[in-house]
Parts: sequence; structure tokens; C-alpha cells
Amino acid sequence: MKRIEPAAIQQLLDQLKGEEVYIHLEMTTGAYAAHRGEANLAATAFISNAIVTYSQGSIAGEGPYRVGLKTEKGWVFAQGLTHWEDAEHDKLIAAGHDGDGKLVVALQISREPF
Amino acid sequence: MTRQGNILVVLPHPDDESIIGGTIIQHIQQGAHVTYVCMTLGEMGRNMGTPLFANRVTLPRIREKELDEACRILGIHEVQKWGLHDKMVEFEDRAYWVQRIQELIRATKPKLVLTFYPGHGVHPDHDACGEMVIRAVSGLAPEERPVVQCIAVTRQGKQLLGPPDLENDVSDVVDQKIESLLQHQTQFQLMMGDYSPDKPEKKERYKIERLWTYRF
Repeated sequence: MKRIEPAAIQQLLDQLKGEEVYIHLEMTTGAYAAHRGEANLAATAFISNAIVTYSQGSIAGEGPYRVGLKTEKGWVFAQGLTHWEDAEHDKLIAAGHDGDGKLVVALQISREPF
Repeated sequence: MTRQGNILVVLPHPDDESIIGGTIIQHIQQGAHVTYVCMTLGEMGRNMGTPLFANRVTLPRIREKELDEACRILGIHEVQKWGLHDKMVEFEDRAYWVQRIQELIRATKPKLVLTFYPGHGVHPDHDACGEMVIRAVSGLAPEERPVVQCIAVTRQGKQLLGPPDLENDVSDVVDQKIESLLQHQTQFQLMMGDYSPDKPEKKERYKIERLWTYRF
């Protein structure tokens, strides 16, 4: 994983726009957050391989970054993205890692299911 | 060396076995044959290595290799990867997996099963895994039932369950245990903190393993 380069992310978002794509969207404090006293609440949500089509998608911010995808009836949104996988040229694999390197948020878009 | 029969280890994530790695090594040294069912590949883990070398997509294969290497060092004879989805164990068809565990117990006739203590796992996968093992063993005739020893990781575990039935000193194999743990490269910084083999005081907490016997 590399530090996000917004221009490269924007290019991928444009490339995948307007077609049916599979999305993995996740946010987590980790299952141990309450046990370790890092937070009052261990909370996680993810949706894997949701099929969406977005008509516009863009990256915003100065880093950590935000991505918003406008769908026919709503939005897909992720905030706190710090890293991406630059070896992938036809899918977006992005995540936000905290100071310890632990994943907090993930956004992935692909024409193939994950 | 007298053969000590079969042991079945049932845990949900690669690296869970390292909690009881010393106990596993000692059993194997005494001649036991160990089968380890690792229910998931830990693919929803948050640690991608430091510096980051894995991602959500590559993590399952990387953790599978780490698991194989860690188990080779422990000397585990057979690793079965059941392919459940990490974090989703409690939402699976439990009756189906209970039956699978029962079939495996009937086939391998272990004298001992090691798993998580239901309700004391902290992680929902740990609890679901322990519950399914307990249900599987409960469903056997009393004379067919192996001894079940459980890992409890909740803070209140000792108060609620009483002192552990086994406070196992694994000092004699602690280096091998740590070597196995270090194979979980994506995970070990998180698990071990600032552990370094040069700091002997850090070894201390890996020298005692605690297990509670489940009473049916």
C-alpha cells in the first residue's frame, strides 16, 4: 500500500464510472476497542460486493482524503482514506490506516467481485 | 516416548493458536497428534503489516501462508482451513458447523479439544467458535466426550470462572512458541507491541498459558 496520490485515484474513479461495479465499503474500530479501553464501543460495519453504478465520483481533501460516489438514488461515501494499492490498474483498493497502521476504513471498487 | 493420542484444536483465526502455542508444542513433544481447525483466514483483520505490505484483497492469502508457517514451527500435524468468513462466524448456519465438528471428533477421537471459552472470547468469532465446539461435544454420549479445555480472554474471566484449571508453564518451549508467533508477520507488531528477543523481560508473559476445563 502506498500513500494516496489523488490524481491516480481520480483517474480510476473516472475509468469505473457509469458501469455496474462491485463495492466493498467498511469502517471499523476493531473488535477489541472496548476491551482495550480505546473506545466505549467496538463498532464495525461493512458491505461486501454490493453492486452499484455511479454517475460521478471524485476524491477530495488534502489527505487524509474523502471519496464520494453519486448513485442513481443516493451516495457512497468514505472519509479518512490514506493509502491505496498502486499495483492495481483497473480497480480501486483504498483504505485509511491509523497511526499504528491499523485499518479503520476501506473503499474498494472493481468490475469483478472481491 | 508414549503416544499421547489425538488432540483437536478449533479456533477461528490464524494466530489464535499462538495463545496456547507452548501447550501445543509440549503435547506434541509428548507424542500427541494435533489437528487444528482454523475456521477463517482472518481476512477482516486490521493489521496489514508494518510498513503496510498487505491490503484487504491480498490479506487472506498472506495470512494463510503465515498460518502454515506458524503451524509448521509448532509441529502441528494437520491444519484444516474451513473457509468461514472472518467476523461472520456467529451468523453462519451453526447446526451445520456443529455437525461438522462432531463428525471430526468422531473420526479423530481426540482425548482433548482446545477452543475458546464461550462468553469469554471478547471477539464474537471466538465466542461463536467456542459455543459450536461445546454444542458439538454436548451432543456426544458422555463416554464419547473428550476433555475440553478453553481459553478465556475477558478481563473478568478469572472472577466468573474461578482460577484456571491449568496454569501451564511453557518456559522450556517459549522460544519455539515465539518463533511461531513471529510468522504472523502482518499481525505480530499488534500482538507483541514493542517485543524484541533482546528484551528478556518481554518473554515473561509468554511463559504461562492458562486454560479452563469446560464442565458439561
